[in-house]
Amino acid sequence: MAGAAGPGTGPGAAGGDGDDSLYPIAVLIDELRNEDVQLRLNSIKKLSTIALALGVERTRTELLPFLTDTIYDEDEVLLALAEQLGNFTGLVGGPDFAHCLLPPLESLATVEETVVRDKAVESLRQISQEHTPVALEAHFVPLVKRLASGDWFTSRTSACGLFSVCYPRASNAVKAEIRQHFRSLCSDDTPMVRRAAASKLGEFAKVLELDSVKSEIVPLFTNLASDEQDSVRLLAVEACVSIAQLLSQDDLEVLVMPTLRQAAEDKSWRVRYMVADKFSELQKAVGPKITLNDLIPAFQNLLKDCEAEVRAAAAHKVKELCENLPIEGRETIIMNQVLPYIKELVSDTNQHVKSALASVIMGLSTILGKENTIEHLLPLFLAQLKDECPEVRLNIISNLDCVNEVIGIRQLSQSLLPAIVELAEDAKWRVRLAIIEYMPLLAGQLGVEFFDEKLNSLCMAWLVDHVYAIREAATNNLMKLVQKFGTEWAQNTIVPKVLVMADDPNYLHRMTTLFCINALSEACGQEITTKQMLPIVLKMAGDQVANVRFNVAKSLQKIGPILDNDALQVEVKPVLQKLGQDQDMDVKYFAQEAISAVAQRLRKLDFPVKGSEEPSAPGADKNHFLRPRGPGEDTGKGPAHQLHVNTRDTLAQLGTAELVHFSRSRD
Amino acid sequence: MKCFSRYLPYIFRPPNTILSSSCHTEADIISTVEFNHTGELLATGDKGGRVVIFQREQESKNQVHRRGEYNVYSTFQSHEPEFDYLKSLEIEEKINKIRWLPQQNAAYFLLSTNDKTVKLWKVSERDKRPEGYNLKDEEGRLRDPATITTLRVPVLRPMDLMVEATPRRVFANAHTYHINSISVNSDYETYMSADDLRINLWNFEITNQSFNIVDIKPANMEELTEVITAAEFHPHHCNTFVYSSSKGTIRLCDMRASALCDRHTKFFEEPEDPSNRSFFSEIISSISDVKFSHSGRYIMTRDYLTVKVWDLNMESRPIETYQVHDYLRSKLCSLYENDCIFDKFECVWNGSDSVIMTGSYNNFFRMFDRNTKRDVTLEASRENSKPRAILKPRKVCVGGKRRKDEISVDSLDFSKKILHTAWHPSENIIAVAATNNLYIFQDKVN
Repeated sequence: MAGAAGPGTGPGAAGGDGDDSLYPIAVLIDELRNEDVQLRLNSIKKLSTIALALGVERTRTELLPFLTDTIYDEDEVLLALAEQLGNFTGLVGGPDFAHCLLPPLESLATVEETVVRDKAVESLRQISQEHTPVALEAHFVPLVKRLASGDWFTSRTSACGLFSVCYPRASNAVKAEIRQHFRSLCSDDTPMVRRAAASKLGEFAKVLELDSVKSEIVPLFTNLASDEQDSVRLLAVEACVSIAQLLSQDDLEVLVMPTLRQAAEDKSWRVRYMVADKFSELQKAVGPKITLNDLIPAFQNLLKDCEAEVRAAAAHKVKELCENLPIEGRETIIMNQVLPYIKELVSDTNQHVKSALASVIMGLSTILGKENTIEHLLPLFLAQLKDECPEVRLNIISNLDCVNEVIGIRQLSQSLLPAIVELAEDAKWRVRLAIIEYMPLLAGQLGVEFFDEKLNSLCMAWLVDHVYAIREAATNNLMKLVQKFGTEWAQNTIVPKVLVMADDPNYLHRMTTLFCINALSEACGQEITTKQMLPIVLKMAGDQVANVRFNVAKSLQKIGPILDNDALQVEVKPVLQKLGQDQDMDVKYFAQEAISAVAQRLRKLDFPVKGSEEPSAPGADKNHFLRPRGPGEDTGKGPAHQLHVNTRDTLAQLGTAELVHFSRSRD
Repeated sequence: MKCFSRYLPYIFRPPNTILSSSCHTEADIISTVEFNHTGELLATGDKGGRVVIFQREQESKNQVHRRGEYNVYSTFQSHEPEFDYLKSLEIEEKINKIRWLPQQNAAYFLLSTNDKTVKLWKVSERDKRPEGYNLKDEEGRLRDPATITTLRVPVLRPMDLMVEATPRRVFANAHTYHINSISVNSDYETYMSADDLRINLWNFEITNQSFNIVDIKPANMEELTEVITAAEFHPHHCNTFVYSSSKGTIRLCDMRASALCDRHTKFFEEPEDPSNRSFFSEIISSISDVKFSHSGRYIMTRDYLTVKVWDLNMESRPIETYQVHDYLRSKLCSLYENDCIFDKFECVWNGSDSVIMTGSYNNFFRMFDRNTKRDVTLEASRENSKPRAILKPRKVCVGGKRRKDEISVDSLDFSKKILHTAWHPSENIIAVAATNNLYIFQDKVN
């Protein structure tokens, strides 16, 4: 029936003698309130189409009033609506009518969902630019005032984001009012509003006259920075960055620094954390002189803070801090005033702190140069490579490239190898996964000889790991190594070892061979694929385990494009046809898939394609399900084959997932 | 006890037990009661996972006596029974706690929790409905697309008021043990949930991550000596919270000091009276509820036999101790046998922190006036509370000779217990949950 024709059907499907273009629009309008959220969302996303069809007049008088009251909807619909309305000025008749968009956005700016509110504010900010100065004062400013004095804090928080866009274009009298409203929001009863005001303080300060910044913003900043709620105080730190950029050095020293010093020593660790987290921005904002006098000592305190979270945040900033110091005298400052504190962090009691430091410490070597690196940093790197926490070791290994440039990796290789081996054999599979991902990088830096000698065996061992994710990563790793070291290397070192696994008694290992071939064939090229890999794959088509057989079909489909027509016609085709007659319906299914893919490539009509073959009769189906597949093997069927992971892997993943989920683990 | 004897009884029951309150099912038992911040709404949760919200009627001049009666506003199923397949564990749907959020727009928000999962609900009103379709006529019949010559934009028309409850957030998978408390922070953006061994801090906007702020789980569970029984945030200081333990102690933590609050800032404990020591000492000293006063100056705790009020500035002993039902001290043995000794009674402050209320057995509940030091026992029962009648104080006879109107300890009904009560934030209106009945009493005005 007509209702079934969706909006995507296009004008052609409308039929009838009415206006051809009306039908799809009519569907869109009706679906604005369909029970299905997805359809409503669709309609809202095509709101401009609806508006275009209605024309500017009806959009203003009918569509917008309807949308203003549509705030009961799901968040994602409201979010899409708020976004659409930001670009609607043209559709309501241009800048002269931009104010018509304010009512629906005003109601969206008061909903409880933050993302929707934020999007509504963003759209309002966009539209404010399209208002003429007169319209701005006649429509937009009153809206801001209404929101700012609203009963509910949601509307007042939204107002905070709108002051800065209307202030620059307002008349002086209105400017004074706007400042007054902002002031009162800064001392609002609810912490939510004070937080919103604090987070917009910097932005507002930027559009104010310098005198007003000094006389009004600074006192507000000082008040917010000493708010009774630490959740407000910590946002003042952010504002500090913007305000500091506006003031001269002298004003800065008098007006802002006392507050910043106080924040760096705040009783609440969250405020100190914020100072540490924003340190680079603060450093840039206050300039080199104050940095040396004030920030470096503050940073030293943060590095030895009693709260681990603060130390970790500060440790993260070590490299940026050093980079941003004035080049002149930088080395001395780092060596005398920063490095001693870093040395202590290397043996911190908290692993998050150590791993934060490990993720940036290597970057110091480029700043300090070869000699200092060898003398002072190298011992730290070596100590961290032996750290008990795998994350610390991983972070060092993942940043090896920085050191490589300065002193060469050989200095480290003696300690590096045991660290890598230990990580490679870690009991946690996520750790093993992480180190595998760094293998191509390491291989590139250590060179092929070192790799063959020390690391190659590790890479092969991962192929038979008992966790599927590791085997999968190991397969991808091989592909990347081949890309790095070339096909000849692959042919000599990797391919033989992979192919040997095809005779492994464990079917999972046999399947790994197939996965490796899938990954390697492209990198190895046609010759190796045809001569060495293809025979093995074809041989495995006779495997007793159905999972292996249908993976053969999948592999053949995958490597098909690399093979030449002869090989396809003579070798692949018969095997696939045989698999197409397999008694297992999954094998049959994937064989058919492969056949049609290969046939497409061959473009030969004599290749039989039975696209719509009936699945086996129910009886056979049942049989298939019950048929044993050999010792300890999966009995899953149908689409579940996509997820052929053995149960141990799944449980391991679940177990770890839970741990990682709440990863604020304790020592 | 003049001030307490003038409560007018109003009785509310869950809707499906209107016919007879004697044949209620387990699922109808009320498991939590909570007024919102204005007192306009009252929410109850039950063992069947339902939340019932009552709204106070607007005052009308014609019916002076019916001032502000509470009527059902919305009912919804908050939690369903679940099964955790990984741990082979049944998860009950029983609502353990409800907490209202400060009002942020025209809708109301509340948190409800069962043993494992906290949910944020939005309760909102809708009084308009869009009308007019392009492809359907007024009767809902499909129109021939060929006849569509103009577009219709739907128009909103007034309709009967509809109250909807929608789940906004589900905070799951963070608790290994049973959640006993939830508490909304005064910063309006976080709340905490406490189970037997851990307390987690959540942001209202983030459901996939929570921060563990207290963990008292020993490395070896055999060394376990105490569990967390209740936890609450300070009403004004967003960084301060307290939690009580099964050992009868209360810890106050400051979240400013460090990210993990394993080390308390203050530790409230009353030294044990050696003369009162018995086999049951430890059990009856376990704290079942902890509440900050509205002023934030005091903490109230309830243990099996007493209610104590602590001054935040004095950790060594409570400043006030009230006996709730001291006459049970001689019956602890039988209360242990029928498991009643493990009942978790809650306690509440009145709006001005001058009176406290808590429950007892036999549908009795107790009130203590902190200024006059007077106390009263009242009974919540259908027989005794005729509309507009004044509640009579009840007395339990302790000595050998029973006076008229007194009830002897032996005839108390221990299956009728009042565990959950609530007090209107500013007026003298109380809500008392007695198994499946909710009684709302209010001060009589003349």
